[in-house]
Amino acid sequence: MIRWLVGLIGLGVAATSALAAAPVMIGVGYLGIAGSRSTLSLVEQPAENDGVAGARLAIEDNNTTGKFLNQRFALEERRIKEGEDAVQAATDLAARNGFIIADLPADALLKVADALRERGTLLFNAGAIDERLREADCRANVIHTAPTRAMLADALGQYLVWKQWKRWLLVVGSHDEDKLFADALRRTATRFGAKIVQERSFEDKGGARRTDSGVTLIQRQMPVFTQQAPAYDVLVAADESEVFGAYLPYRTWDPRPVAGSAGLVPRSWDAAQDQWGAIQMQNRFVKLNARRMTALDMQAWTAVRMIGEATSRTNSGDIKKVTDFIKGPEFSVAAFKGTKLTLRDWNLQLRQPILLVDGRMVVSVSPQEGFLHQVSELDTLGYDRPESKCKLK
Amino acid sequence: MQAEMRKQMLRTWRVGLLFGLALAAAPAHAFIAYVSNEKSNTVSVIDTDSWTVTKTIKVGQRPRGIDFTRDGKFVMVAVGDDDTIQMIDAKTQTVVDSLPSGPDPELFAQDAAGKVLYVANENDNTVTVIDLEKRARLGDIQVGVEPEGMTISPDGKTLINTSETTNMAHFIDTSSRQIVANVLVDARPRFAEFKHDASELWVSSEIGGTVSIIDPAKHEVTGKINFEIPGLRKEAIQPVGIGMTRDDKTAFIALGPANRIAVVDTASRKVTKYLLVGQRVWHMAFTPDEKFLLTTNGVSNDVSVIDVAAQKVIKTIQVGELPWGITIAP
Repeated sequence: MIRWLVGLIGLGVAATSALAAAPVMIGVGYLGIAGSRSTLSLVEQPAENDGVAGARLAIEDNNTTGKFLNQRFALEERRIKEGEDAVQAATDLAARNGFIIADLPADALLKVADALRERGTLLFNAGAIDERLREADCRANVIHTAPTRAMLADALGQYLVWKQWKRWLLVVGSHDEDKLFADALRRTATRFGAKIVQERSFEDKGGARRTDSGVTLIQRQMPVFTQQAPAYDVLVAADESEVFGAYLPYRTWDPRPVAGSAGLVPRSWDAAQDQWGAIQMQNRFVKLNARRMTALDMQAWTAVRMIGEATSRTNSGDIKKVTDFIKGPEFSVAAFKGTKLTLRDWNLQLRQPILLVDGRMVVSVSPQEGFLHQVSELDTLGYDRPESKCKLK
Repeated sequence: MQAEMRKQMLRTWRVGLLFGLALAAAPAHAFIAYVSNEKSNTVSVIDTDSWTVTKTIKVGQRPRGIDFTRDGKFVMVAVGDDDTIQMIDAKTQTVVDSLPSGPDPELFAQDAAGKVLYVANENDNTVTVIDLEKRARLGDIQVGVEPEGMTISPDGKTLINTSETTNMAHFIDTSSRQIVANVLVDARPRFAEFKHDASELWVSSEIGGTVSIIDPAKHEVTGKINFEIPGLRKEAIQPVGIGMTRDDKTAFIALGPANRIAVVDTASRKVTKYLLVGQRVWHMAFTPDEKFLLTTNGVSNDVSVIDVAAQKVIKTIQVGELPWGITIAP
C-alpha cells in the first residue's frame, strides 16, 4: 500500500516536471517554387526536395541540441506553383513561423520581404544569387546564405589567376542571368588582373535537352563554335540557363580547360566536399534523404543552423532576440568550411569560402593564398564594404 | 709515489667528469611515442632518445585517436573508416586485436583502472562504452551532434564529451551513464582536459577560436582564453589539443593552422608565449618525465619536440602523412 502510494507521488512529480518543462517551440517555414528546372547533365538534375532536404537535416541537428536546452524546432514547407502569389503563401507561413527560408526569384523575394516587414519575420535567402538583393535592393529583414554571382566569379577568378591562366575566352549565353554572370566575370577579370581576350555569345535557339543522338551533333557544333579564337588559356562559360556550358569540356577547338558554368565550377557546397569534418554531415544527409547534398541544400541547412545557433546562444525562441543576435557582432556559425562564417553587417550577406568543383572532386577552395584583406580574407570575394550601395532599412 | 697518486686521482676525476657529461647529455630515460598518421593509415613509432622514427606500423583506415592501455601493454588506435579501434602490441609493435567500437570512432577515454573505454562515434551522435578486458560493448549514451572530445574527471565519476555541431560539453555520470549537465561553449568544441586537481575543465573550440574554462562543480564557464597573434588573421587561430603540466601551472594549446602552440599561465589565464611549430598542429603528448612535449603537425607531416622547461622547440621529426594523434609509453 505504502509502496503504491509512493509510486503515485512519484508519477505526480514526473507529470508536473514534464508540464513545467514544456519545450520552447521554434517554427521555421520553407518557401520554394514547385517543379525543377532542366539541366543539360542528367546527373545534375535537381531533386524535388532540393534545398528543403538541407533544411530538414538542420532541423534534426537543431533538435539534437535542443533536447539539452528544452527547445524544439519544426519545419513547415510550402511550394508555390507558377502564377501563385508568393506574398500570400509567405504571409500564411509567417502566421505560424517566425523564420522563413526562401528559395525564390529576386522579385518575388523582395515582395515577400516588404510584405512581412511590419510583422518582424526574419527571412533567409537561400536561393537567389542576384547582386541587387545585397546592393540597391537590400532589405534589413533578409539574410543571405546563398553566395552572390560576384562572390562565385571572384572565387573562380582567384584560382585561375593563381594558376596563371590569365587569358580568358568568355562565352556568354543569351538569357538575362547568363549576362549577369558574365558581368560578374568581367568585374573579376579587372580586379585580379586577368584578360578577356574575346567574348562570344551563344544564342539559345530553343530545342530539347534530351535527344537520342545528341552527342554526334554536339561534337560537330562545339569545335566549330570555338575555333579561330585568339590565344587563350581557359574558356570561361557564363551559362546559368543550362543551354550550352556542359557541352564545352573536351570539345573546344583548341585543347583548353573550361571553367565557369561547366568544367571547374564555383559553388557554396558540393557532394564531394569531405574536409573539415564535412564527412559526418554528408553521411547524415545521405542517411536522411537518400541522395547527395547540393549547394542549395547547404544554403538552406546553414540558414536553419544559424537560427539554431542563435536560439541556443540566447537560450530563447523570441524572434526579436534571435534576430538581433544573428545580426550582432558576436554571431558566427560553423558550416564545415574550415573557418567560421559571419555576416557582412552592411548587407547581411554570409561570408563564406567558395569551393571549386569539377563534378567529382573539390579542386580548390577560395579565397586563394595571397589574396589579402584588412578585415577578413573572405571579403576578397564579392563586393566589399566601400563598394556597397546597400542601405539597410 | 705521491706524484703517481695525484696522477691517478686526476685521471679518475677526468673520467668521472667525462662520464658525468655523458650522463647529462643523454636523457635519463628513452621513451617511445606512437603517432597516428590519418592519411597514410600508419602509426609512426618514435624513439625519444635518438628522436628518430624506428618503425612504421600499418593500421586500418583513417587512424586518429591513439592512447596506451593503462598497463602499457597495448596501444589503442581508432581507425574511423574501418569502424573499429585496433590494439597494437607494444612489444611486437604489430596490430593484434580490435575493439567493438561504434561507427566512425575518433577520440576515446578510459577510466583510471583501465577497464572501461568510452568512445566518441562521430557518425551517430553516441558515446559507446566498452569493457576493455572482455573487449565487449557495454552500451551507448546519446549525446549531441558529432561527438568528439573525451576525457574523464580525476575522480573517475564524470565523463566529459564535447559535440562539435551542438557546441556543448556534456557531463556524464560514469555510474548511471546519464547526462547530468550540458555546458554551451564556442563553435566546434574539439578537446577537453581537466586540471589534475579537478578544479577546472578546459575545452577548446576550433571554429570559435577560444578555450573555455569550466567550473566542473557548478557546470559554468568561468573564463575564456582568447588568442591574438600579430600578422595572423583571426580565422587561422583554431585551438584543438590541450596539454596541462602535472603541477597545473602551465597549459599548452595547439592552434591548428596558426602553426603555433600557445603557452598559457593557468593562474592568470594569459598567453605568455607562442611557440612556432609545424603546420596545422593538432594534438600533443608529454614524455612521462615531463621534460618534453611532442606535437603532431598535420600539413607539414612532422612532429615538433618542445623542451618544456625552456619553452623552446628543439627538434622536428618527419612522420607519415597528416599526423593526427600521439601517445607516449608510460
